[in-house]
Amino acid sequence: MNGVPLGAYVGLGLFMFTTGVIGVIVRKSPIVIFMCIELMLNSVNLTFLAFARYQMHAPSSSSEQVQRSMMAGQMMVIFVMAVAAAEVAVGLGIIMAIFRLRDNVDIDEMNLLRG
Amino acid sequence: MNQTIGGVPITPELMLFGVIGGAAALCAVGVVAFNNAVRSALCLVVNFFLLAVLYFTLNAEMLGITQVVVYTGAIMVLFLFVVMLLNLGGSKMLHEKPDPKKFVGILLGCALFVILGAQILPQLMQVKPMELTPELAKYGGPQAVGRTLFTEYAYPFEAVSVLLLIGIVGSILLAKRRI
Repeated sequence: MNGVPLGAYVGLGLFMFTTGVIGVIVRKSPIVIFMCIELMLNSVNLTFLAFARYQMHAPSSSSEQVQRSMMAGQMMVIFVMAVAAAEVAVGLGIIMAIFRLRDNVDIDEMNLLRG
Repeated sequence: MNQTIGGVPITPELMLFGVIGGAAALCAVGVVAFNNAVRSALCLVVNFFLLAVLYFTLNAEMLGITQVVVYTGAIMVLFLFVVMLLNLGGSKMLHEKPDPKKFVGILLGCALFVILGAQILPQLMQVKPMELTPELAKYGGPQAVGRTLFTEYAYPFEAVSVLLLIGIVGSILLAKRRI
């Protein structure tokens, strides 16, 4: 995709991130809020990969250096995916536990931690 | 190609990106806008799949496949499973009453988009991808990713594996009625 500037990818990532932020603020169902968090994590992954592909280098830098910095973005994405998987598993477990305790999963009515 | 949009020439690749990226953005809006949790989950599946296609266009083939397997495969099954268990389908939708939080949230989100976008995007619109030599073009393949992951990033890899183990044990502990 040589004809696409970096701004297009970053713009898409930014749009998805803000959509996720709005969803977290606006929605009430905890499951949909989790989906919005996944949306934000994925937009960050897209931005990481775009910057890995579009980086600029000094002409003196060797091919190994270029390759190392291209791999760094991909490694970050792999770790984000792993952490997201763990987070979803734990978070959905918490939602199940709360749902067993009370029959309602409206996020605005969960205020047990309020002093 | 003499047509431009904001100083960027319109190439067939840009149009292809517009179609895929536009569909992905539409699905992202659908996740937030649909009242039904199952519809939101299905929108998210389509969004993740289109993101995998975009990863392919960025020469990150291994991560594109991982995205399909991990996100659209595993994580979304988990989501739909919980939606099914909690019976949050059409019948027991939460009442989304009109309240000021909604308006303020949308306003703040749009402000975030405008502020960040105005700072970042105009500069990045001029950046072209770097030329790939044949050996650099393989950087997204399984061989290169695997070699880097198990040599240079071995310690973070082990740390993540411990984190996943703790996560699995913790979620079983949380979801089980009696140990």
